[in-house]
Amino acid sequence: MSSFGLLLILLLYLGSLFLVAQWAEKKGNSKWTNNPYVYSLSLAVYCTTWTYYGSIGVAANSGLNYIPIYLGPVLVFPAWILILKKIIRISRVNKISSIADFISLRYGNSRFLGALVTVISIVAILPYIGLQLKAISETFHVVTRTSNSHNVFLDSSTYVALVLALFASFYGTRYVDATEKRKGIVTAVALESAIKLFFFLLLGIYVTYFVFDGFQDIYNQASVLKGFKEKNTVHGLEGGMNWLMYCILSLFAIFLLPRQFHMSVVENNRERHVRTAIWLFPLYLLLFNIFVYPIAWGGNILFKGKGFNSDMYSLLIPQFFNNNPMTVLVFFGGFSAAISMIVVSSIALATMLSNNLLIPYGFLGSLQAENQTKNNERIVRIRRIGIFLMIILAYLYYRFFILDFSLVSVGMISFVIIAQLGPTFFGALFWKRGSLNGAMAGIISGMIVCFYTLLLPFLLSSINPNSRFFREGIFGNDLLKPFQLFGLDYLEPVPHALFWSLLFNFMVYLVVSVSFKGNYRERNYAEMYVDINRYINNHENAFVWKGTAYIKDIEKVLNRFLGVERTTRALRIFKLKYNIDKDTTMADARLIKFAENLLTGHIGTASAKILIEGVTKEDKISLPEVLRILEESKENIVINKKLIATSNELKLISNQLKNANEALMMKDKQKDEFLDTVTHELRTPITAIRAASEILHDDDEISEELRKQFLQNIISESDRLNRLIDKILDLEKLETGKQKINVYEGNIIQTIIKAINPLHQLISNKNISFTFSGKDQGVKCFYDEERIMQVVTNLVSNAIKFCDSIIIITVEENQEQVSIHVYNNGENVTPEDLETIFDKFYQSQNQNIKKPIGSGLGLAISRQIVELHQGKIWAINHETSGVTFTFTLPKS
Amino acid sequence: MKKILIVDDEPNIVMSLEYTFKKNNFKVFIARDGKEALDILQVETPNVIILDVMMPNVDGYATIEFIKNEPQLQSCKVIFLSAKNKESDIEKGMRLGADAYVTKPFSVKKLVEQVQLFIQDAI
Repeated sequence: MSSFGLLLILLLYLGSLFLVAQWAEKKGNSKWTNNPYVYSLSLAVYCTTWTYYGSIGVAANSGLNYIPIYLGPVLVFPAWILILKKIIRISRVNKISSIADFISLRYGNSRFLGALVTVISIVAILPYIGLQLKAISETFHVVTRTSNSHNVFLDSSTYVALVLALFASFYGTRYVDATEKRKGIVTAVALESAIKLFFFLLLGIYVTYFVFDGFQDIYNQASVLKGFKEKNTVHGLEGGMNWLMYCILSLFAIFLLPRQFHMSVVENNRERHVRTAIWLFPLYLLLFNIFVYPIAWGGNILFKGKGFNSDMYSLLIPQFFNNNPMTVLVFFGGFSAAISMIVVSSIALATMLSNNLLIPYGFLGSLQAENQTKNNERIVRIRRIGIFLMIILAYLYYRFFILDFSLVSVGMISFVIIAQLGPTFFGALFWKRGSLNGAMAGIISGMIVCFYTLLLPFLLSSINPNSRFFREGIFGNDLLKPFQLFGLDYLEPVPHALFWSLLFNFMVYLVVSVSFKGNYRERNYAEMYVDINRYINNHENAFVWKGTAYIKDIEKVLNRFLGVERTTRALRIFKLKYNIDKDTTMADARLIKFAENLLTGHIGTASAKILIEGVTKEDKISLPEVLRILEESKENIVINKKLIATSNELKLISNQLKNANEALMMKDKQKDEFLDTVTHELRTPITAIRAASEILHDDDEISEELRKQFLQNIISESDRLNRLIDKILDLEKLETGKQKINVYEGNIIQTIIKAINPLHQLISNKNISFTFSGKDQGVKCFYDEERIMQVVTNLVSNAIKFCDSIIIITVEENQEQVSIHVYNNGENVTPEDLETIFDKFYQSQNQNIKKPIGSGLGLAISRQIVELHQGKIWAINHETSGVTFTFTLPKS
Repeated sequence: MKKILIVDDEPNIVMSLEYTFKKNNFKVFIARDGKEALDILQVETPNVIILDVMMPNVDGYATIEFIKNEPQLQSCKVIFLSAKNKESDIEKGMRLGADAYVTKPFSVKKLVEQVQLFIQDAI
């Protein structure tokens, strides 16, 4: 394939990536760009050309050793849900936009620590970016079958680097606020992740099933090659230690690599996307690794003894069979892997460079313009130049230093350097005592060891591979041999360097932190980091600050970066959230933290602190006081929770009260109605008595017979009045529980007979056919005889009043209870009244239609009595006519 | 001879009223509830109707509504006679078109005077 043709396709490909990014930016929050799959795929920026080409090289040269780099992340993934969520939360509430911000803020928002982390990241990652450029260039030449040119202007990677630098600096700085989500970049990276995996799988299938006859065939042919067995064993405990070190290395890398931090934390839109990534990302890594081995050993078989660069097997194999399309596809997969790493890394590094190094150490002074647009333009320009610079520097690094190294060796060195942030980073998450001094001392000692055991030998080996330094170490001291420090001789150089550097790093961090306490600010942030879940909703409360500050001054600073409109709105929301009076002039700790957060996205944590410090006067606080304040704020949170609980309780009680009140009102209304009914009932006999008496008093001519009749009326109405009063008092006693029942075992049949005896006269007067079946049996149960007689009398009296001609009383018994039925063949009770007839207010509820039940109190009293016996009373209608009243008495 | 219809379900009260009005030369009709009253009003047009409010089957309110809607009964004077003596009860009775509202217990003498007053007015 001609150079020109390939370059053209390359540019077309880049152009379409531009378009995808553009489209995604426009789509904003649509489900196409903001979903867990895009998030998970974008994490696959982890797989660079090192994975794409380098791991095949490793597998071809040293067998299984390529695995730990992928095993580490997979092993740690279950812990992601815990750790990554915590990191995301901390970063969100503090507006953190890079790992440098993350670490330095925890250790008291230290400008120096932020700068240190930035420098280490750049030192680690620049060669790594250079490596990607190298891969692009080398593969380009393999595909076009040209040789690498030493003329910069003829090297295709020069132009690729330039285009990428433009792309990244344009899309990476769309927003001044570095915590804003860059949908375009993320979507493009996710797409590239899909492409590189797809093409790699395609190649794997091609090699395994078309070049060879499946896995078994490759294995059979490979197993006879020299050194196969040697390369494909773990090599006992020593090999296992190496493996362990590699796993730790990659495990740290997945958290600490600036591009991983950027993709997984800064670009995270939703916490729950992590849940998808937890299975999808390991699956992605697994898929990527299925064919590494077949391709590597396929290459070893095909090119036995030819001394080809095994890193290039994935291109050389299809080319060997003149499969041009496949070669180009594979090239594009690798190209995708390279550019996503370059773009994301350069954005992440440039953010750190600008926010943690350039602005706080130099440019902050130039951001003094009152005009927000001007300041923002400057910030964006600084970052653009930063991104551009990163890529160009990486390019230069590649041109002058790493032309001759394999992909993996440079990548490994990057990993070891970046791992030096590990103890400090994880300490920030889980250990409150970790201090700034401990962090810096730890990182620096780790770096020194790293330099001595890895960087120095690495540089030296390119100058003088046979230097005595390797064999004898410095000062000729055996214990200081760079690859066998303190006599540790069974680890390979990279695990060896990692082991010692991390050990020193960790121990120094631990010892210094424990020996010298950090200041109050460190302790404050430690609290906010480690207990993030407690402060997630009002983290401003957790910030301890004492001093004098005017809201006006802070507002002015905010105006310079956010503009008047956004500042006003932000402050309004803040005051609303914390219920602060709008006329307040003094700023409190919460506002200081809030303002710092607003600025952090633009200029980083360190500069934000410097700017706010410029307009406020902070009083020193002692460490014990911070702890006391934090304790109080903790208590406040507890009290808050208690308050909420109490308020809920109160709500419940108030609801209960409301219900009780409603019930009372209802009762009250019923009472009124009852009184109405009772007075009405009382007035009726009084009226009759009064009328008769008046006649007797005024009329002298009245006949003797009539006079007697009127007097009889007066007597019977007086009796009626008396009965009524008795009933009312009865009911009152029963209802209020003043009336106790005296329960004895008795024969209910006898009691019924006793009750109906006085009524026999009335029954025969009215010509009623009366039947009491079962008169002769004895049915025993427990009851208050006097009261039950009252019930029977009432029911039978009613039956006499309403029956047409027949009354039947029956008694039934079963295991638990005795039932007494009183049937009459009178008219049905209206169905809706079947229950209400037992209410004492029965008549008044039915307006002015008077039911001929008399006072309406008889049934109410009966119900009270039966219920006091734990029995039930009810009425049922029979078909067309007839009603049965039934009450039950329990046997025990 | 003047005609009077007494509608009440309390026999003892009715007995006193019947005796008194008969003595005062009224032709007395008796009904124990609204339903019986309506039966009588199909054929008779009394000068005065004395009406209880709370009665079985058809109450006093329903009865007066019937009377007030019956053209032949427009000359009838209606007096409510009730133990419901709240302000609102009396208002309701008058609103329905009663000519008087007498609360129980009442003076028989005064009731007779009232009835005679109505009859003189009518003449």
